[in-house]
Amino acid sequence: MIDALILTILMTSVPLVLAATGELVVERSGVLNLGLEGMMLMGAVSAFAFTYATGSLFIGLLAGIISGAVTAAIFGFFVLGLATNQVATGLALTIFGTGLSGLIGADFVGNAITGLPTLFPKHFGDIPFIGAFLSLDIVAYSSVIIVFLVWVFLFKTKTGLILRASGISHDSAHSLGYSVLKVRWCAVLFGGMMAGLSGAYLPLMLTPHWSEGMTSGRGWIALALVVFASWMPSRIIYGAILFGTITIMQLAGQARGWTIPPQLLSSLPYLATILVLVLISIRGSAKHAAPSNLTIPFISSK
Amino acid sequence: MFYLTLRKETPLIFKVSVPIASILLTILFGIFIFSVLGYDSGKALYHFFISPLSRIDRIADLFVKACPLMIVGTGLVLCFRANIWNIGAEGQLIMGAVFAGGLALSFPNTNSVWLLPAMAVLSFIGGGLWAFLPAILKVRLRTNEILVSLMLTYVASLFLDWLVRGPWRSPTSFGFPLTNYYPDAGLISKINFPGIGTIGQLHWGVFIAILVCLLCWFMMQKTVFGFQVKLVGDSHKAFRYSGFSESKTTMMLFIISGGLAGLAGMIEVSANIGQLQPNISFGYGFTAIIVAFLARLNPAAVILAGLLIALIEMGGDSAQIALAIPKVVTGVFKGILLFLLLAGETLTKYQINVKPRQRSVPND
Repeated sequence: MIDALILTILMTSVPLVLAATGELVVERSGVLNLGLEGMMLMGAVSAFAFTYATGSLFIGLLAGIISGAVTAAIFGFFVLGLATNQVATGLALTIFGTGLSGLIGADFVGNAITGLPTLFPKHFGDIPFIGAFLSLDIVAYSSVIIVFLVWVFLFKTKTGLILRASGISHDSAHSLGYSVLKVRWCAVLFGGMMAGLSGAYLPLMLTPHWSEGMTSGRGWIALALVVFASWMPSRIIYGAILFGTITIMQLAGQARGWTIPPQLLSSLPYLATILVLVLISIRGSAKHAAPSNLTIPFISSK
Repeated sequence: MFYLTLRKETPLIFKVSVPIASILLTILFGIFIFSVLGYDSGKALYHFFISPLSRIDRIADLFVKACPLMIVGTGLVLCFRANIWNIGAEGQLIMGAVFAGGLALSFPNTNSVWLLPAMAVLSFIGGGLWAFLPAILKVRLRTNEILVSLMLTYVASLFLDWLVRGPWRSPTSFGFPLTNYYPDAGLISKINFPGIGTIGQLHWGVFIAILVCLLCWFMMQKTVFGFQVKLVGDSHKAFRYSGFSESKTTMMLFIISGGLAGLAGMIEVSANIGQLQPNISFGYGFTAIIVAFLARLNPAAVILAGLLIALIEMGGDSAQIALAIPKVVTGVFKGILLFLLLAGETLTKYQINVKPRQRSVPND
């Protein structure tokens, strides 16, 4: 029983970790992409459609990742190529992606696919205490590895340093001879791939069907998660498990007739994120603050 | 490759042609999407753009649909003009409706003419308070207002959900998440034209919406406050030398735009719904962002922009009924339109230069 609960919490956390890690890299480079929800939905519908058509989960996952990147490329074209306002462009991407995914997916509603298998043999799940942790699929395990790799990239490599520099002071990065726009393009595309993968996880693993707007706000929670983690990759995992636990508690609580209003539980991630933002502002430490050039467009060669 | 340079002056032709060109291009994209999906694009366009304008009562309903978009859009225009990013209008709209609804539900038997004005004031306060939070955090602690106002939207929506399912649920709603109906004194009536009667759903809130847009336009053009707003948006440095307080202007703008969003929420409920329910807004707070940009941040132009976006929304309904085109296609249109408008914004601000293939030289 407890094992099943832990397993659900872990599986709820996976798409949050994936999308938030991508967005973290994007924001570290100085770009705020509010189009997470749109990119995730495009990833979800493509993954479902391709899995349904080909029967191959691998092709489905790949399709999710690619369509996430393509959707992000639209965002990049406007925000990086034309220096449009990032906030408004991101919202446009969410509106656009939600609409287009619904349009593409209209024919797939009501169909079902078989989800991803667990990585280890089924009976590993019966091992006491750690059973739930051994009953996950390959994407779930990969998500932890990806977070680790992103941490290594950001803080232990020179390219990672350049990326962070672009987010803190693009003028300095530019005058040192680095191409800020190129760095941001790579970040935005990576963010799109991760959002696409995160979206793909929903129909391939959590609920094996497609429905309009099936991300149901996970994109916004992932966005909150990046802030909650104060732009540190490792904290994304704790944060995602915390947010995932709150989500599951709310469902479990409803089933058992708890007196805590489920709406209060649902709003906790948002309230906690505001609290973290306030705490960061009060402490005023640059280490945990938002990248100072976040949302400021870079215009090269004045 | 190409690069951007700041224009010294924007030719007038750009200012006018950007919204028009964006609309035309969106329609072109629409034809493309419809034909890819195998619909008759001629018919689809007819149902989208002509059918909602084909009868006088449908035109009246267009104004009704545009009403919340105009009010919220005007408030956002003021904020965006000053480079302040309040994107939590959706939550402020909900809180306005909640505050006004609380008053209406507390006086179920009143027939006082003061109920509606009091609800309007309370809704302004409710929306204003919800906008006050990100504003004070931004001014005092430099907390990012985009993230805070966005997060608060979800909190507001969950709060309303809790109210209508819990303490405010009507005992006679058969378990549905609905409050009691407001007393008649708390409802906004339809406009009764002498000799004609009512036209569609056209109500007095629409009149208020247009008035609000014109008042804001007047404020921007003719008052010192309007000048401050434009100054803080155009140049922070000049603003500081001018001796105005940037914090005060930020707070004021947040509260005004939040208050207006709240007012829109109250009008929407009192004119069209008559009671509180979990969904009182269909993303008006977010759609109004498109309206603000379509109006090129001019409060008077918000009236036209609101009507145009309302046309897309209503067109989506009529195309769904007539041709079974999924309603979500309106989202695709709205998204593309906003993309194009933002791109147009760049064209008016910057000159696009084609760069010969060579490495850019820093330090110039």
